[in-house]
Amino acid sequence: MTETARRLQEDDKTTRRQVGATLASPAVAMPGPNAPVWDDAANERERRQARIRQVATRGVLYVTATFFALFAALPFAWMILTVFKQNTDLYDPNRNPVLFNDPPTLGNITFLFERTEYATFARNTLVVAVLVVLVTLIGAVPAAYSLSRLAGRWGEGLGIAIFLVYLVPPTLLFIPLSRVVADLGLRNTWWAMVLVYPTFTIPFCTWLLMGFFKSIPRDIEEQAMIDGYSRLGAIWRTVLPVSVPGLLTVVVFSFALTMHEFVYALAFVTSSHQKTISIGVTTELIRGDVFFWQSLMAAAAIVAIPIALLYNLFLDRFIAGFTLGAVKG
Amino acid sequence: MSVSARADAAALPETRQGRYWLDRESVLGPVLLLPAVIYIVALVGIPLVLAVMYSLSDVTVGDQSIDFVGLQNFRDALDSSTFRTALKNTFVFTIVSQMIVLVLANILALVLSADFKGKRLVRFLVLLPWTTPIALGVLGWLWTLDNVYSPIDYLLRQVGLLGVGSPLGSDWFGTNALWLAYPDRAQFSVLFVHVWRTLPLATVILLAGLTAIPQDVKDAANVDGAGFFRQVFAIRIPLLLPIMAVAVLYGIVFTFTDMTVVYILTRGGPVDSTQVLASWAYFKGIEGGSLGQGAAIALFLFPVLVGVAAMMLRIAKRAETV
Repeated sequence: MTETARRLQEDDKTTRRQVGATLASPAVAMPGPNAPVWDDAANERERRQARIRQVATRGVLYVTATFFALFAALPFAWMILTVFKQNTDLYDPNRNPVLFNDPPTLGNITFLFERTEYATFARNTLVVAVLVVLVTLIGAVPAAYSLSRLAGRWGEGLGIAIFLVYLVPPTLLFIPLSRVVADLGLRNTWWAMVLVYPTFTIPFCTWLLMGFFKSIPRDIEEQAMIDGYSRLGAIWRTVLPVSVPGLLTVVVFSFALTMHEFVYALAFVTSSHQKTISIGVTTELIRGDVFFWQSLMAAAAIVAIPIALLYNLFLDRFIAGFTLGAVKG
Repeated sequence: MSVSARADAAALPETRQGRYWLDRESVLGPVLLLPAVIYIVALVGIPLVLAVMYSLSDVTVGDQSIDFVGLQNFRDALDSSTFRTALKNTFVFTIVSQMIVLVLANILALVLSADFKGKRLVRFLVLLPWTTPIALGVLGWLWTLDNVYSPIDYLLRQVGLLGVGSPLGSDWFGTNALWLAYPDRAQFSVLFVHVWRTLPLATVILLAGLTAIPQDVKDAANVDGAGFFRQVFAIRIPLLLPIMAVAVLYGIVFTFTDMTVVYILTRGGPVDSTQVLASWAYFKGIEGGSLGQGAAIALFLFPVLVGVAAMMLRIAKRAETV
């Protein structure tokens, strides 16, 4: 579906929702046979009750929303407060943790980048993520096209089977895979992650792209083939350019999954200069009895916020993949 | 149009047709599928077989030769009390956390399906636990539940729930709750973090289901005068059942197989009281070096995974035919 079409549909939905809301609101409901229209006092009472009910509903809504937001954001709030606190302020259990009793400082962030290997972890993560994205595209794009266009009625079933591979957990495979990684001479290098991560990005992204390709009319590549292009040429010239939003989703999702992965990285890589952020921060920066909590929290927050923003941009497309077609949108 | 395209192709000279052998769907289909399939077979299929072989052998990090020992690893695992704790914990954490998540996700999805000021911010915050890399989110909790500096403890001290004379009983007389130091509190903490972590995905999946309920169904209910609770229980919940199942199945997979929460929060402690199958497999297999033992412990995850996969297939099949 094109962006415009989707937006049109959304507009349509909101207008319809508004219509529904008007219908729902008892304040303007048509008087039923039991409500005598001439009784102004009764009408007034009814209207007031409706208004009270409406205000109460809004109140419950805001309170619940606030509760859930606090519940979800609590560790992040504490994280961000911690980042800017000085030692004397942070490490005193009698001081109010929500306030800055001493002036805030940026020293913990400089410490993170200058005195720890965080920059190395960040670079490794970036390199691994870019390579994983490439491998994922090479694997998932042709597979998704094949399953959605060429495989006929087998396509959907095979697609779901591939998607289920995404759910095979690292904790089931990390022991045998550590052998495979060692046999290939990749032990203790980030190449091990580049090799293994596509085992979960390819399945999920193939499934996401299948949905995308199905929404593109077949006519466009058939027209291109009539114009003399081979099938592959037609895909390259017509299907892929139209699929850029889908491809972008794949890029973002593979990237995010690479940032998320912990178990394989922990099992395969032990030398610090090869580590990615999620294991580097949790294994290298926590050493002995000394916890540099402010820098640790900075390390986490710096990653968490941008990824969250990215996710929010692509949320609807990810969820479309997760719902397995059980939602007809 | 496709008919004429095929006719054109047939009319092409023999040589050109040979050059475009890739244009035949029966060839191109499998060829395009091949890279993904090879990847999955080589790095998921073969390791899965290898995992089974390992679990039946005495392979260790020191001695990589596979000598079969039958079911010895499984018997050893079942004999160990830590394994039994881990098995029990894995099921308890999964079942309890997902029951809580199901209730909370329904409420939260209902809230997020309404229109209100600041909704985008609420959605952003509520999604944070899911979008943040698990290890880093749990690290945030490790600090939030710190033995000495926990801000939760500070709050509890201020309201008088923690410290001498606490109304909660003498267990709460200390200056700190020590969330990760007592077995029962550590188990509670792990459970809590699992709820926190899996709630967002369940919520957004349910939200997708909610917005897909046809407007005319809601309108009809409104016209018929169905009240809020009637609408929730007679319309939304029945219509949402398949999608709720999907949401819970993801939650089950991600909680049941997870080792990150336990590894970072408690390392299985205190005295292995929060150990789960996945973390125990890691400590035995990777840190302890007995790969066979580790593989056998991890394989206990397999039956539940197969069950979840089968249910997902059924839901997807039904969705396809509707």
